[in-house]
Amino acid sequence: MTISAERPTEVAASSVSPPAQSGGTSWTQRPGWLSQHAGTAIILAILGYLLGHWMGNAISGNYDYIANSGQNAIADTFGLSFGVLGWLLGIGALNYPLAKLVGKEAAHEETVEGWSKYFRYSLDHKVVGLQYVVGVLLFMFTGGLLAMAIRTELLSPTTHVFSPDTYIKIVSEHGTIMMMMATSIIVGPLGNYLVPLMIGARRMAFPRIEAFSFWIFVAGYGVIFSALPYGGFPTGWTGYAPLQTQAGPGMVSYLLGFAVIGMGMMAAGFNIAVTIINYRAPGMTWSRVPIFVWSILATAALLTLATPVLFAGGLFGLLDKTAQTAFYVTEHGGSSYLWQNLFWFFGHPEVYIMALPGFGIVGEIMPVFTRKPLFAYKVAAAGMIGVALLSFFVWQHHLFQSGINPDMRPLFMLTTELISIPTGFIYLVGMGTLYKAKIRFEVPMLFCMALFFNFLIGGVTGVFLSDVPVNVTVHGGFFVLSHFHYTIMGGLLFAFMAGLYFWLPKMTGKMMNKKLGLVHFWTMFVFFNLTFFPMFVIGLLGQPRRVFTYAKNLQGLNDFSSMMAFCLGLSFLIFFANLMWSMFISPVKAPANPWESLGLEWQTASPIPAHNFERIPVILTDPYHYSEVGAPALADFGDGGLVSSNSTTGSSPA
Amino acid sequence: MSSENSMKNETNHLRKMTTIWVILSLAADLLFWFWVGPHVPPGTMTSTAKSNQFDFTFLVLFALPVLIGVWVYLGYAIVTWSAKRDNVPEPIGGEVARSNRKAQVSWITITSIVVLFLAGFGTVAVINDHGSGGGEGPNPIWNPGGASKAEAAALTSNASWSPNSNQVLPVQVIAQQWKFTYRYPTFGGFESSELILPVGTTVAFNVTSLDVIHSFWAYQLSVKADANPQVNDVAYTDTKQLGNFTVRCSELCGLWHGSMFNYGKVVSQSDFMNWAKTTESANAANTANLPPFAWTYVPDANGAAGGYYPDGTVTPYSTVEVYGSKQPAS
Amino acid sequence: MSMRGRLATVLGLFLVAVGLIVWSVATFLSPGVPGGVIDFTKAQAAGQPVNLTIQSVGSIGTGDHPTWVSYLAKNPTTGKWVHDTTWKLPANTVINVTVLQYDSGSPLRNQEWGQVQGTIGDTATLNGANFSVYNSNTGNGVGHTFAVPALNLSVPMVGVSSSATVCGVAPCGTSFAHNTETFSFKTPGPGNYSWQCFVPCGLGYLFGNGGGMSTQNYMGGFLQVVR
Repeated sequence: MTISAERPTEVAASSVSPPAQSGGTSWTQRPGWLSQHAGTAIILAILGYLLGHWMGNAISGNYDYIANSGQNAIADTFGLSFGVLGWLLGIGALNYPLAKLVGKEAAHEETVEGWSKYFRYSLDHKVVGLQYVVGVLLFMFTGGLLAMAIRTELLSPTTHVFSPDTYIKIVSEHGTIMMMMATSIIVGPLGNYLVPLMIGARRMAFPRIEAFSFWIFVAGYGVIFSALPYGGFPTGWTGYAPLQTQAGPGMVSYLLGFAVIGMGMMAAGFNIAVTIINYRAPGMTWSRVPIFVWSILATAALLTLATPVLFAGGLFGLLDKTAQTAFYVTEHGGSSYLWQNLFWFFGHPEVYIMALPGFGIVGEIMPVFTRKPLFAYKVAAAGMIGVALLSFFVWQHHLFQSGINPDMRPLFMLTTELISIPTGFIYLVGMGTLYKAKIRFEVPMLFCMALFFNFLIGGVTGVFLSDVPVNVTVHGGFFVLSHFHYTIMGGLLFAFMAGLYFWLPKMTGKMMNKKLGLVHFWTMFVFFNLTFFPMFVIGLLGQPRRVFTYAKNLQGLNDFSSMMAFCLGLSFLIFFANLMWSMFISPVKAPANPWESLGLEWQTASPIPAHNFERIPVILTDPYHYSEVGAPALADFGDGGLVSSNSTTGSSPA
Repeated sequence: MSSENSMKNETNHLRKMTTIWVILSLAADLLFWFWVGPHVPPGTMTSTAKSNQFDFTFLVLFALPVLIGVWVYLGYAIVTWSAKRDNVPEPIGGEVARSNRKAQVSWITITSIVVLFLAGFGTVAVINDHGSGGGEGPNPIWNPGGASKAEAAALTSNASWSPNSNQVLPVQVIAQQWKFTYRYPTFGGFESSELILPVGTTVAFNVTSLDVIHSFWAYQLSVKADANPQVNDVAYTDTKQLGNFTVRCSELCGLWHGSMFNYGKVVSQSDFMNWAKTTESANAANTANLPPFAWTYVPDANGAAGGYYPDGTVTPYSTVEVYGSKQPAS
Repeated sequence: MSMRGRLATVLGLFLVAVGLIVWSVATFLSPGVPGGVIDFTKAQAAGQPVNLTIQSVGSIGTGDHPTWVSYLAKNPTTGKWVHDTTWKLPANTVINVTVLQYDSGSPLRNQEWGQVQGTIGDTATLNGANFSVYNSNTGNGVGHTFAVPALNLSVPMVGVSSSATVCGVAPCGTSFAHNTETFSFKTPGPGNYSWQCFVPCGLGYLFGNGGGMSTQNYMGGFLQVVR
């Protein structure tokens, strides 16, 4: 066996001076009650909001058009912006840059132990990962409740639970919250937690930027949620202008919310991409990088390159609403197509931001439960990169009926259908890995199999949508709504659940309850399909999206879908109960490697040391040698013994 | 196990799966084609509806085998290759553990061929069917014969349409929050809340908006075109059957988006002529108040009727007709 | 902490969270739940024509949005003006509508709404005089319309002179300048029919269709037609 340590010198280099050591006195260290945490952040955010709101009113309150409208978007913009600024100040995100700015040497951040570290600006990627778990679940449950409200209104075409304006606000808020959640649901919790562990690094490249990405994500949640007390916004998550320009101040929350979340997305993507490229352990060549890391790399590239377009687009909209510019108002020299193009230029890569990490999780988990190497590893990695590249060239398929230059339509039909080739690779990989395998149907594996079932329906209906003639009927209706729920919820969310059930034992040291997990899986799988499959039919029968009333003959199907949606909601309560039961109420200690995985993240000690690895491992092979007896060891941990990478006894010999 | 045995074993698995797949796919395709196909929306009321119905059915013929193929494979794998419970299985080893290159190459080749074929199929369909009823924007390139002539004539005062003349009928769809109205340039440019169309006629829908983005979706006609302010989005269809159809707005346009719908009618050419002539004279007094017929209109942004930009008098960027206070008093 | 203690803690926190959610829903969404419905079915014998009296004002003057335009309706039993725009009407019945228009007017964006449509006889009266088409480019213009798109009903509300003192706080008394319009229409079978105004009168918003034009209970609502 040859040990291929290409960069032995870097072992020593990267093992000195870990980033987060407490040392020296500084102006950031002070008595506990004055130290910075979520509490101080909330207080400063409120003060910032009040200051900004007052400023906005003082500056602009006397303009006629503002007095006439009875609402002041400028004050709201200032208030929310200063609120976000106060939040960042309060949590301590600006300590380091501000100290550097005034020429002081920035102090090392204090390291806090115990529960309170989860409420602080932590530079440990493992803390950030768990913070993200709670954060995305908060998003998910808020959005899910709004989904229940939508299905309640659609129980009847004539009797209305909500007024039409409230209904549109609920639909818009649901879509926006879910989309913001979905961009981060895997990259945030699992990407941040697992990437350094999987590539043998002690930390992220930019821990402060990583912490920033999380805390601004929380601020983004606050901003987008503030739309409701502001009276909501009527545009759906796509925010089409000029309806956007016409809307009330809730729209400010949407535009600013996307800008704020966008900063977090760019920061997260940048940090993760740099980490993966530069912080791989010696011997971790590109052909040994776990497939999950490949998927996160492709996603990070999309986050970094696509989000700036949304960011700029959102600020243009904000200027239209406040400073009376006319980016999106045709009669003043703008264009109603501009927002559509900018939004979808971001929006379609966004769709793959939400799909690729799911593929990565499936690729990572399936070998463990099939005891086979990942089939066609290189094709899988190439597929991720291919999807990421192609995703920048398909956005106009959202505009097929919009009156864009007609000869664009065959081109975008072609690129859209082309993207199903690299997307299809995940099926080649999955089916190849299953071939003649020894499949264990643990809960994570069940969620992976469900992804193949759901995403197939989502993917195949995507081909229908990309076909311009068929698109005439299905565009803007429940068909497309069902399509993207099948890809995002049926794909991404199922993958997220698989990832949680799979990695929570490593992250928390506690096993998720298997019985409750099985109940959760089967209810979620069955009711998900029963909720959304009828929507394909509803869409084909002519129901447009985002309507509070519909044709009377569609009531049966809508009612069925609603009932199943309520059951789907209950299934999430089962998940919540399982999470609470297994993590807090009756925790069961997890074995060091409960699934017998060969992944590097399982080879380090449990609980994971503060800096992940006592010594940086030297990677000797790829982590998928499940099918070989006496396979080469995965990594040299420098502790005298090579870790045997395949044992059938269930424990790793030291 | 000798390699010969394992090869045999392999062919057995694949043969079984293929047999199940072929039988199920064939059954599903035949069932769909003969049983569901004729009822697939949007029906056969117009040429575009008919061909879009065919396109949908054609795609389903491909989609069902793909779905069934993966499902059969997954089902077969679950039944055949599951491990004993609560026990980490022994490593498998051998040929099976390697990534079969032939399988990879054939997968990529087959999916590429299918995908390229479907893209080509869609392109041919959209060109042959004059844009398939989708909005082609202000400069349509796949227009039916006579459309350019009819559209050019529509802007002149002597535009006309008569039954049994094979003329293209231009109809303007004006979207506003929250209703569609329709103008008929070949009948003096009268405006109406009703959409009545003659059968056996090529209709050119010219869709525009007075405010935000809407989408004109005539469901049974299989016509969908976004209504953008100051953009003339053109879509074509050929009416083939008499009957009623639904028009809905399919782009979220604000508060009453959900109730922005109405019902239109395809009637015989002579009935259409009667209706058009009657409405033209009944509405004559109001038609005189309308601005001259144009492809797009600038909503007046000044004054009480929609003032937002506070600079007093705004000069529109384009020189088209103004809906609102700027038109000449009559 | 014992297991029971942890269970109690989690359940307690869960209940607090549910409480918070219920509270926020109640606070932020309940104004959108159609609450006020004015019942016009009981004030007269079945089959008899129903009298519906409404007024449109340039600014409601009270509440969360005092500058927004609004319609108000007179409760048939109490005779009081109510700020609710969902009206329960009997099916297949003639409705005699009286509108008191207190707002000024301007030329219509779409002159199509200058035509009286969908009323009995396709006419209405303006201060006693019959009319079927109103040219909003002349005179005081049109302030609002009362339209039920699903019934193809649309009647222009002619504005009062802009030099008159315009009533700014609803409900407006008849001492303020106003136009009185009447028309009749027949309700269809049971169902919920949305009605709205087609004049972009939401000041301060692009295209004039924001604010009160985009919020139920101001310039739009439902006709709740029941058997």
